[in-house]
Amino acid sequence: MTQPDKPHINRSHLIKLLQEMIRIRRFEERCAELYTQQKIRGFLHLYIGEEAIAVGCNQALEPEDALLCTYREHGHALARGLSMAAVMAEMYGKQSGCSGGRGGSMHLFDNSKRFYGGNAIVAGGLPLAVGLALADKMQQRNRITACFFGEGAAAEGEFHESLNLAALWKLPVLFICENNLYAMGTALSLSESEQDIYRKAEGYKIPSLAVDGMNVVAVEEAARNACTSIRTAGGPFFLECRTYRFRAHSMFDSQLYRDKAEIETWREKGPIVQLTNWLRDYHQLQDPELAEIEQVVEDEVEAAVVTAENADFEKVATLTRDVYTGGSS
Amino acid sequence: MAADTETISYREAVRLALQEALRSDSRVFLMGEDVGHYGGCYAVSKGLLDEFGEQRVRDTPLSESGFVGAGVGAALGGMRPIVEVMTVNFSLLALDQIVNNAATIRHMSGGQFSVPLVIRMATGAGKQLAAQHSHSLECWYAHVPGLKVLAPATIADARYMLALALEDPDPVVIFEHVMLYNELAPPPVESDRLPMDKATLRRSGNDLTLITYGGSLPKVLQAAEQLSQSGIDAEVLDLRCLRPLDTTAIVASVARTHRVVIIDEGWRTGSLAGEISAIIMEQAFWELDAPVVRVCSKEVPIPYPEHLEQAVLPQPEDIVNAAKQLAGLA
Repeated sequence: MTQPDKPHINRSHLIKLLQEMIRIRRFEERCAELYTQQKIRGFLHLYIGEEAIAVGCNQALEPEDALLCTYREHGHALARGLSMAAVMAEMYGKQSGCSGGRGGSMHLFDNSKRFYGGNAIVAGGLPLAVGLALADKMQQRNRITACFFGEGAAAEGEFHESLNLAALWKLPVLFICENNLYAMGTALSLSESEQDIYRKAEGYKIPSLAVDGMNVVAVEEAARNACTSIRTAGGPFFLECRTYRFRAHSMFDSQLYRDKAEIETWREKGPIVQLTNWLRDYHQLQDPELAEIEQVVEDEVEAAVVTAENADFEKVATLTRDVYTGGSS
Repeated sequence: MAADTETISYREAVRLALQEALRSDSRVFLMGEDVGHYGGCYAVSKGLLDEFGEQRVRDTPLSESGFVGAGVGAALGGMRPIVEVMTVNFSLLALDQIVNNAATIRHMSGGQFSVPLVIRMATGAGKQLAAQHSHSLECWYAHVPGLKVLAPATIADARYMLALALEDPDPVVIFEHVMLYNELAPPPVESDRLPMDKATLRRSGNDLTLITYGGSLPKVLQAAEQLSQSGIDAEVLDLRCLRPLDTTAIVASVARTHRVVIIDEGWRTGSLAGEISAIIMEQAFWELDAPVVRVCSKEVPIPYPEHLEQAVLPQPEDIVNAAKQLAGLA
């Protein structure tokens, strides 16, 4: 534990990372289609472009660690091992969904995976992460709580309160800022005086680092080092992953705030294309294998859709269940 | 100020409850602003730091949203946190965590996670603390499904309600009225322990019902005593639990006395008094011999000067006058 864990840069691991990212990408592309067909309603925030962060960070987390995410958390849920069928059913609002259909896209939960949800209040999950880590520390459990949030959270008071508490009480929190440069439609330059988000952590004496969030290997290495730091030094770590959202903020967003050329520039260095090209350049990935990966993923996505289509909606009779524990009132 | 060994204060009762909770369950810890080294803003937790140490009597920075949210997280993580917020006005800084997280996580997760969190806070006026330390916003919290809301008005409830709140698997908000902390009573005994979510009669009567909660209870009991001297036999119903409301007890009392005055330190508009009045109209309309009367705070922010502050608040004479009018004696 004293040596930083090295990322497993061998072929099979890289293929696994690629497959995980493709899995998230294709799942969400299918969700977008289903949204236009009105199978999925409400808000739908796609993670497309940012997959390297959830996939890379998850390599460093253990099953007993906890995760908290934002409303853009489909990728984290899949990377964490929630079944695609349960996540898709949740998108449909079906009873077999991972939150029983009550949460929808923005509120995926799974107790068995220590997945404490998508939180749809920007920065609202950070204090919870502090508390989960505090519970671990007080009960002498050597676990990490990983908390994902966007750079927009850095403008919220809860961000600063949580960083201070985690540092002050030396809590095992891995803060992961997914800096995609836009808080909905407001550019980082219009909202922050200090645009290097990781530097804000320095003010709380939290070790911090910015990493290329489009490079899954770099993210994994940074996350492993961060987790090693937390498990050995005991306090929090702050990782800023620089990334970009290829799609609209939500399905209602007409993207008036950025130009297409900017999106294209980022797409060219997207996490999936980047890793695919690298593997190809080094002759580690042949077209038939990539086609096979795509096929496996497509089969899984379609099976999830079929399962969700066939699942039942909760009966209205149980509407007031789960407001309080053990009953309705 | 000779200490009377035969009585304890409301403050001491809360402290005993905290001490008992901390002693009996290692998962319990107290966290909040100045709960440790200072001994609590209202001296409730004085001495607990010495007995339980800094881990379990945890001073927090002035970060209401941060530490209330940390309480939610710690509850999710298997602890039984008691979070003290200095006053209800400060709790507005933590509304996000209370309303958006504590109250919703069980529901949003399809029942996978409960939040066994207790939040205590001081409420109410009477100490000339003006418009940012004196309000009664219990009603706001009682509005929210997923929360339970308690208002211990007696020393016995101050002593025993905390344990009930800690046994509850869901978030419970406890309001301690600032004017009650110095109230004295004989030390409560186990038989004084009432169920958490039931209203109780503090006085039985036949002519009319005075419904109240929290810091207004002593005033209401005083008014009931004055009314008895005028030949009006008033019943006093202490709600104790503001969510869920004990509608059965409310309706039963109305069915006995047929006349109701509701006394509520909250502002009248959108008040708990309004809610209770609506419940009576819906469920006991034909039992009423007269319209329900409300005695609430005047609709201004609480002013600083004593005479103006007192003019805002429900006073025993206001209650007496309202009751007399209702009984046809005014």
